Amino acid sequence: MRHTLSVLVEDKPGVLTRIAGLFGRRAFNIDSLTVAGTERPGYSRMTIVTRGDRHVMEQIEKQLYKQINVLKVSNLTSAPAVERELVLIKVQADGQSRAAVTQIVNIFRARIVDVAPRSLVVEVTGDREKIEAILSMLRPFGIKEVVRSGPVAVSRGHGSLAMPDETPSPQAPSLDDRDVPAAGDVAAESSFAGMK
Amino acid sequence: MTLSGAAYVVKFLREQGVEVVFGYPGGSILEIFDAMAADGIRFVLTRHEQGAVFAADGYARATGKVGVCMATSGPGATNLITGLACAHMDSVPIVAITGQVYSHLLGTDAFQEADTFGITMPVTKHNFLVRGAGELPSVLRQAFHIAGTGRRGPVLVDIPRDAAQGVVRSEKADLDLPGYRPTEEGHPLQLRRAAEALVGAHKPVIWAGGGVVAAGAAAELRALAEALGAPVMTSLMGLGVMPADHPLNLGMVGMHGTPWANWAVHRCDLLFAAGVRFDDRATGKLERFAPDAQLVHIDIDPAEIGKLLKAVVPVVADLGTALPAVRALVVQILNGNQRLIGRSGTGPAADAGTTAGAEPGAASEAAAAADHSRKEWLASIAAFRAGSRWPPITHAGPGMHPGEVMLALARASEGKATLVADVGQNQMWAAQLYPVHAPRRFLTSGGLGTMGYALPAAIGAQMGTPDEQIIVIAGDGGLQMTSPELATIAEHRLPIKIFLINNGHLGMVRQWQELFFKERYMAVKIAGPDFVKLAGAYGLTGMRVDSVKDLDATIASALSTPGPVLVDCVVQPTANVFPIVPPGKGVDQMIDKAE
Repeated sequence: MRHTLSVLVEDKPGVLTRIAGLFGRRAFNIDSLTVAGTERPGYSRMTIVTRGDRHVMEQIEKQLYKQINVLKVSNLTSAPAVERELVLIKVQADGQSRAAVTQIVNIFRARIVDVAPRSLVVEVTGDREKIEAILSMLRPFGIKEVVRSGPVAVSRGHGSLAMPDETPSPQAPSLDDRDVPAAGDVAAESSFAGMK
Repeated sequence: MTLSGAAYVVKFLREQGVEVVFGYPGGSILEIFDAMAADGIRFVLTRHEQGAVFAADGYARATGKVGVCMATSGPGATNLITGLACAHMDSVPIVAITGQVYSHLLGTDAFQEADTFGITMPVTKHNFLVRGAGELPSVLRQAFHIAGTGRRGPVLVDIPRDAAQGVVRSEKADLDLPGYRPTEEGHPLQLRRAAEALVGAHKPVIWAGGGVVAAGAAAELRALAEALGAPVMTSLMGLGVMPADHPLNLGMVGMHGTPWANWAVHRCDLLFAAGVRFDDRATGKLERFAPDAQLVHIDIDPAEIGKLLKAVVPVVADLGTALPAVRALVVQILNGNQRLIGRSGTGPAADAGTTAGAEPGAASEAAAAADHSRKEWLASIAAFRAGSRWPPITHAGPGMHPGEVMLALARASEGKATLVADVGQNQMWAAQLYPVHAPRRFLTSGGLGTMGYALPAAIGAQMGTPDEQIIVIAGDGGLQMTSPELATIAEHRLPIKIFLINNGHLGMVRQWQELFFKERYMAVKIAGPDFVKLAGAYGLTGMRVDSVKDLDATIASALSTPGPVLVDCVVQPTANVFPIVPPGKGVDQMIDKAE
């Protein structure tokens, strides 16, 4: 089963190598891994999309925790969470097909960020279903290149990865427009008290 | 007063109480060696960096303290890798300090540059690349803390030359490790469940491993076993947790374990695993390992629990706190049961009339039944043991069997020596037949199985425990891997007694080729020097023995000779270690060729 892990780490040299090396050495799968800074200097957050049964996921989380530089591991798969990926799609579009492509882009609330005589670059942000949907719609026109950021994710509700989880908002995501914040809010507080 | 980075390193080692540093110099670590010269700290020059890390390992295993080794950049650092991996597998606390090229040369393929930080990452508990002298106080403090706490392990600190040359302005050492907080106290509820499981078990087996040794909890484990009357088996790393001749000690489990430990673990209804990691050499085929047992697993490393077998009662804790807690609960429950039994009588018929109601009656009945069953369980193990062939010496032609050397050594040293065993057949015969009576008395490379370990590890063990008799057991293959350390032993006049089990073969590989590769032998005959002459050339006393009738006299002579001695024990070239659990089989499928 697919799992999205959010991992809070100290921003120290080699920490990405440690995590990537751990997955490689123990034959854990990585679908995607993104890493960047957080609201607090000196800490980074990784979003790792991986696959495994319960036993494997338990091992992955425990082995991550065992790393000295890892502070907190959250599995966002079963918790209410917002997951987004940024994708740049270079699609073939000449005078004849440009209008059709543009129409699809508009329907998906995507954006055209570059135009050339025979192609367009489309920027789209969304969850997995939305990304797969627009890709399948654009495929018939001829996709020349796809660049994906890999998903990032955050839990819904007040609780944050830096704090012991509070009761997350039970609000289900709206199906037709997931870009709208779910009622219950997105203002996660960044307190590092009680880490791990 | 401001210190250079190098001077700070040495000052810090002094403050940590480091008694001895093992290592080898080179260009990128010259400043630190210069600082050691000024300080006068005890330094042991080994003949290879691998010898230095093994010596630090032997020191750490013998004393329980953090061992320290040093090497230069590039080849010096890469020569440490095997020893670091060995210490990592067996959770041995080591701090390795390596020199590194100047920071501005990093990544330029400079002379003697290697990516030490990257290369050692998977074989250390943690590692550091120091970026400037100012980081040294915090990094060194963190390194020693990480190595010597929680699940112990090796930590490497890579120090570029400019950091060693730079100035340490503030010696304030920050132990800011927000992601490192080993659990020490077990969860009270889980500890109670563990105790209840033990008391309720009819056929319990306690399994003690290296974690018990690391926690200094051998006496506590023994007390727990005695309180309950439960048998104890050990892993290779746990040898010595129970005195070898203790009536509850079943010896070692696993591929070359005792038949009765394997018999018992296959039949137990409760396995109480303390500080073990279910290595495949111990468990054999997992499906046949304790198949009917509930598993209680106590370990300080959460990742070990549930890694290979699912525990019904998982407990994350330092065994030093968990075992006394479990024992206290066990005693409490047993005493409560005794009172119940006393109140309600021992037979089911007595229950009906008790005023305490049905529940205590049922409890007392269950407690009495479990107590009775445990005694029967011990008796049945003893009966099986009585029918087992032991000692398992299977002669393969004329001459001495290696097992006879172990038995003679046990007689001569009264089981009081510290054995440092290499890897292979010699290691298994030593583990089977030398009686280890206390923890930290049997030092060997268990997880990684590193040939060449014993000789240099003995150097560290002897320096850490100067009053102990250190005995090296090594084969002629392993000894030749690190034999230059004979020079180190001779230089320091270390009274180590080396017993070379010389069969002219890489015996364990030869045994596997015989048993599992249709006797098609490849690369297992190994020539060697005249080891008595080799000993003499290095300045050791050399002796040779090739018959059982001379064995006791030769060993007595070796043990009473001052200084280092190497005894070349010429043994049967094709003797095999029996009994054996064949690879892929269960522990209940042990075979003994002599049967």
